[in-house]
Amino acid sequence: MLEVRGLKLTLNGKPVIDDLSLEVKKGEIHGLLGANGTGKTTLANLIMGINHPYEGSIIFEGQDITRCTISERARRGITLAWQEPARFEGLSIRDYLKLSRNLESREIENYLWMVGLPPAEYLNRAVDVTLSGGERKRVELASVLAMKPKLAILDEPDSGIDVVSLPHIMNGIVEMSKQGSAVLLITHGEEAVRVAKRVSIICAGKIINAGPPQEMCQWFKSNCQTCDHINIPSE
Amino acid sequence: MVVVREYEEILEAYDKAGGDQANLKNKAIASLIVHENRVLNANEVQGIKLRSEQKENGIMAELSVEEGRKIGYPVHLCFGVLPKEGLQEIVLRVNVQSNSRVSVIAHCIFPNAVKVTHKMDAEIRIGDNAEFSYQETHYHGEFGGVRVIPKAKIRVGKKSIYSSTLTLIEGCVGVLDYDFEVFGEEKSINELTVKVFGKKEDDIKIAEKIHLNGREAKGLAKSRLVLRDNAKAVVMGETYGNAPFARGHVDCIEIVNGEGVIARAIPVVYVKDKQAKVTHEAAIGSIDKKQMQTLMARGLNEEEAVDVIVRGILG
Repeated sequence: MLEVRGLKLTLNGKPVIDDLSLEVKKGEIHGLLGANGTGKTTLANLIMGINHPYEGSIIFEGQDITRCTISERARRGITLAWQEPARFEGLSIRDYLKLSRNLESREIENYLWMVGLPPAEYLNRAVDVTLSGGERKRVELASVLAMKPKLAILDEPDSGIDVVSLPHIMNGIVEMSKQGSAVLLITHGEEAVRVAKRVSIICAGKIINAGPPQEMCQWFKSNCQTCDHINIPSE
Repeated sequence: MVVVREYEEILEAYDKAGGDQANLKNKAIASLIVHENRVLNANEVQGIKLRSEQKENGIMAELSVEEGRKIGYPVHLCFGVLPKEGLQEIVLRVNVQSNSRVSVIAHCIFPNAVKVTHKMDAEIRIGDNAEFSYQETHYHGEFGGVRVIPKAKIRVGKKSIYSSTLTLIEGCVGVLDYDFEVFGEEKSINELTVKVFGKKEDDIKIAEKIHLNGREAKGLAKSRLVLRDNAKAVVMGETYGNAPFARGHVDCIEIVNGEGVIARAIPVVYVKDKQAKVTHEAAIGSIDKKQMQTLMARGLNEEEAVDVIVRGILG
């Protein structure tokens, strides 16, 4: 479904993404594990079209989308949930979830339940600073669920999340996969990556290993935690 | 016949401006309809006295709420000038007596204005333990030919609540010179909000002043402006903490979305009592990039994304 081929990006003269290739198959949860500063968010931004590579290509469902805009990619079925989602004054959660599709109230409520937010309490609240970090992340996940994307890029949905919110976040990710979306799950947490079918490990802007989650978690612990390739300027 | 036609025309314009003319016809709802300097209809309800007097260029209106009355339906006011040119001066005196509660929804309609001036001079007195909210929505045409000059002095009694919102987002503003000044007594809550969408050559000046004169009085001067094309705006939010434990805040956001836009914010925070506290935040800038990217990642194009952000801020 998604093929990233030989992607390169340089910022301030330093290679941030360095000849990176990655494949995400239809309907799978693909974990991307990497320490801070290894290029995870930069890769997410490249796939979503926020930044553009100077070399390489991004192929989605057989079409080259490397030069497509964010909106064009979204209309093809790609979306992104940010690590720290934006906040919107005056925009209700109800309307936020309806941005991509015209949903009935019952559907919107279902998506909120999936991430553990009682609709009666949240539907009419604004997606603004009054939401806690955990609440905002769960709203973000609900909005991705509501979009029913073909590919959801989730940038560290588990970071900064309390123990109460985490199971709801993980449930939302599993629901996303159940409804047929492929998920690129970006994280540096081992727990989150266990829901993935395959895991790729990123270091210094390159995929350095890939395999089943348990094996990759072990490999990550043994090899990446003492690695010094973590000071990439973009993150 | 002429008056009937005028009445029907203003009701039609009222609907287009987002009002519901059924409210103006409902006898259970206090209302006042004024076209230029003519009162076309006035309706009082129990607990409310509504008097009006025709003047050369406008009207003098008095709204009084009896002590202890809680008015269920908002009072509806409609002020309009339908011709291309005109002058309308509204002198408004409001007396909300102690222990009462009322809200007012005002629509100001100038859909065809090329050279129209609308002035309001309001004095509002709110007794103790009372509640008054005033929502004023403007509907201007696309010509930008309106000068709107609303001035108000509001005195808010002990433990009373006052809130007002001016919304001017439909059509071109033209010239706006808004000046509201509130004086809050002990434990009063005082909120001024302005939401304006400036376009083309609009010239906007907003002065929101809150004097927290009583112990534990609270105040918020809030403004939300979106400016595009060559619109220019200056917002002066002033809050004075004059009594112990008074708490005030000035909150201004101006979004700039045009090459010719000029936006200024001048917050004044003043504390005279050592136990008072007044804060401010002002942000002027273009539309937030991350907000745009988020909305575009949901499939909206750039224009639609801007629209969602602007509607949220001004809505």
